[in-house]
Amino acid sequence: MTDLFDKHRGIAERHERMMSLGVNAVSLTNDRILSPTRAIINGRETVLAGTNNYMGITFEPDCIAAGQEALGLYGTGTTGSRIANGSYALHRDLEKELAGFLNRTHCIMFTTGYQANLGMLAGLAGPKDTIYLDADSHSSIYDGCTLSGAKLVRFRHNDASDLDKRLARSEEGGGRLVVLEGIYSMLGDRAPLADFVEVKKKHGFQLLVDEAHSFGVLGPNGRGLADEAGLEDDVDFVVGTFSKSIGAIGGFGAGNHPLFNMLRYASRPYMFTASPSPATVATSLAAIRKLKAEPERRERLAVNSARLFNGFKGLGLALGCDSVSPIVAVNCPDEVSTIAMWNALLNAGVYVNIALPPGTPGKQCLLRCSVSAAHTFEDIDRIIALFGEVVAQGHYKKAS
Amino acid sequence: MNQDIFATLCQLLEPFNSAKIALKPETDISADLNIDSVSVMDFVMEVEDHFDIEIPLNVLSETRSLADLVKVVEGRLAKV
Ligand SMILES: Cc1ncc(COP(=O)(O)O)c(C=O)c1O
Repeated sequence: MTDLFDKHRGIAERHERMMSLGVNAVSLTNDRILSPTRAIINGRETVLAGTNNYMGITFEPDCIAAGQEALGLYGTGTTGSRIANGSYALHRDLEKELAGFLNRTHCIMFTTGYQANLGMLAGLAGPKDTIYLDADSHSSIYDGCTLSGAKLVRFRHNDASDLDKRLARSEEGGGRLVVLEGIYSMLGDRAPLADFVEVKKKHGFQLLVDEAHSFGVLGPNGRGLADEAGLEDDVDFVVGTFSKSIGAIGGFGAGNHPLFNMLRYASRPYMFTASPSPATVATSLAAIRKLKAEPERRERLAVNSARLFNGFKGLGLALGCDSVSPIVAVNCPDEVSTIAMWNALLNAGVYVNIALPPGTPGKQCLLRCSVSAAHTFEDIDRIIALFGEVVAQGHYKKAS
Repeated sequence: MNQDIFATLCQLLEPFNSAKIALKPETDISADLNIDSVSVMDFVMEVEDHFDIEIPLNVLSETRSLADLVKVVEGRLAKV
């Protein structure tokens, strides 16, 4: 008999190796969360710089109160999908509010951001269609593509002329969907949207942008990359998550197509899972309203991001990209030194993400920071100083 | 099996074959060479560009060995 776990022995060995090098990022425990930017880890107060809590919105009293009220009014869970059990008024309120925020006619809420990509991609594309996806797409995009059964063509990261070439190469027939991300989660780089829109005008396809890391963050209205680039009319479908700038859990798809709501009856990741819990919907709704009412959070985030980015540049660190975004990734020479540096940072009181191949583009080893509007300048400067100390201690040599 | 295509595939695979394992038609691209799924997709992208053909990712789930991939390339070239 073949043991089904045999295929995971390689993972087990790698896990063992990482554990032997110190505390492991994948088994790290936050004993207590003190605020959007502070936790107790290993008994010590630690600055959090790897949470994706871009708006620093997880402890807002009115969001917490909205969640508590919903618990009292609607109970702890929805105990089923909206197709089977019906919607709660809260689900509808949230979709209406979010459609307004996004300036889109229609919006559908999903239970997580991961499922939003599964649901939108598998709902939009079928076996007769082709999806063109960026090589560095998030796993939820890859999985949504697989679930759709569509023909999948991968193009070089952020390379509109490469997409152009692949579209020209394609065989006739079926719909064509191109999938981009607003800000790429590992390196923090934006999609060059204007270039892709040029290709769209030339070839004709429908365009979906996953604004997971850019929703609430970019653009004059906080609607994401398309808002920032002034190209919202050229983007057919927006996907996003509530797990980052909204500080909750859940995801959404939005668009103006008159048949958009038919996705509710065609998309298995919408139909066959329980709808988001009342407390989650209520805190998300309160957070969306807060983002709208407090644009200064977005401005503060931009200032903080630039401060960290420039501070790291000043230290001579090799960064994931040349543009400022709330994701500031430091490129490290190899796995062992990255783990050592990550541990040194944690011991010095700052938590960042560690990202290793194959989960990273181009096999890079990264220490990935995400900036929050709730970080003080003191926090940012402390993160920069600690990175400086680790550099000074020789844990890190500038990756060539 | 088309030897020319096989030789070209071996050449394109070289940068991904960091363990420098000897390549044979029956070599399993991911299991034998111990390269991750992203690298397999990157390799296939090079193959697409070299031959100016489209090899959708869906095809890869049934393409294990180099000989399998030779057949895919041959089939796609015949369509162009
Ligand atoms: C680009 C992208 N899309 C989708 C997701 C999935 O979102 P969630 O974690 O809310 O399920 C993430 C983050 O995890 C992401 O980075």
